[in-house]
Amino acid sequence: MKITLLDYGAGNVASVERALQRLGAESQRATTPECIAKAEALLLPGVGHFETLMRALDDRKLRTPLLDAVGRAVPFLGICLGLQALYAASDEAPELTGLQLLPVRVRSLPSVVKLPHMGWNQLLMKKKSVLLDGVASDAYFYFAHSYAVIDQREETVAVCSYGTEFVAVLEKENICAVQFHPEKSGEAGAQVLRNFLRLCA
Amino acid sequence: MSLARRIIPCLDVDGDRVVKGVNFVALRDAGDPAQLAARYNTEGADELVVLDIAASRDQRPTFLETIRRVAAELAIPLTAGGGIRAVEDARCVLRAGADKITLNTAAVARPELISEASLEFGAQAVVLAIDVKRVAGQWVVMVRGGREPANRDAIAWAREGVTLGAGEILVTSMDRDGTKSGFDAELTAAMSSVVSVPVIASGGAKLPAHFAEIFTAGHADAALAASIFHDQIQPIRELKAYLSALGIPVRLPC
Repeated sequence: MKITLLDYGAGNVASVERALQRLGAESQRATTPECIAKAEALLLPGVGHFETLMRALDDRKLRTPLLDAVGRAVPFLGICLGLQALYAASDEAPELTGLQLLPVRVRSLPSVVKLPHMGWNQLLMKKKSVLLDGVASDAYFYFAHSYAVIDQREETVAVCSYGTEFVAVLEKENICAVQFHPEKSGEAGAQVLRNFLRLCA
Repeated sequence: MSLARRIIPCLDVDGDRVVKGVNFVALRDAGDPAQLAARYNTEGADELVVLDIAASRDQRPTFLETIRRVAAELAIPLTAGGGIRAVEDARCVLRAGADKITLNTAAVARPELISEASLEFGAQAVVLAIDVKRVAGQWVVMVRGGREPANRDAIAWAREGVTLGAGEILVTSMDRDGTKSGFDAELTAAMSSVVSVPVIASGGAKLPAHFAEIFTAGHADAALAASIFHDQIQPIRELKAYLSALGIPVRLPC
């Protein structure tokens, strides 16, 4: 199955593309609603600002086809900002609405720690997880963000702790998302991507 | 569970070759950037920095091609810089495959460049690189590859850079660079205590004890070095095992 990468102009599509390529997966970039409507598996990469992402999705009319695809059970993986976009809104751009697939708001990490949360950190597994299958419990993943989802709900399968506990991995039916960058997280990250590919097969 | 201290090899690149100098001069060839990148990726480096030391306009396409070749070898983050004077330069570097950019001389000349880049690509993508020399008991910012003093206090400049939107500070002690006498822990600690973002220490590393010192007394979040890694004087695996045994959190490669 081909993985469709949402290319909204920002984001680090090329790194994700290279990571998938290394795992032998086929991918294509989608920039139009038509491409997303035909997608068999979707990946939303993300770096940068919540506002840039949401505005880019709306300017390119990608919001509705994206929600439709998730609605028809297409496997979805959100990375970093791609995780945050699933929620109702974000403190980073309070006037905008997120994809609203999940309730609650993305919050700023507490300023008692250095921000951005930048570098390699470990996870605390909360539930049996498809994405983390075969990943050592003490594995490190690469994070680069200042905002995060603090409220833990049933879809939370792993958290990370930095200033406070926040959602690092979530899984809900066909929706998967990670706050770290699997494409930048060495072998542990490759295993997460492999697990997603298996889900798509 | 805690954030690991990072070990970052740095490739100083002239065109398509890695070079290394002592106190910012006396350059010599140190290998192929992509080959070194592949080695560091498997040896457990946490990140890689590539700096265009020539930073001349006509060499730009060669440097971008080097970034592409390096990025293709990596499953870890890549920072690239040298000669970035405008948001468009930064965009080219990020498009070529870097995750972050470093700003140095151009940001001193026009500090708004930090804000512009930060707004466009996010603070996590903007590293303010500060070359520092101790002059009459004061830490002074140096520019143009460390050749000219800027009329700025290094600690104040770091603080201003963060206010403008830098997401990380890369502080290089020019007094220590190339000397292998250890990082400048005093300078790094002073900087780390006044900024709210991670600080990467650079210049002077040789022994594992130098790294331990910069992570403890120097309060560095990451430590950068070049020749000791290129010349295989200090294998990254052994360095991390040493730090881990001292209780410093590091990501041990598998």
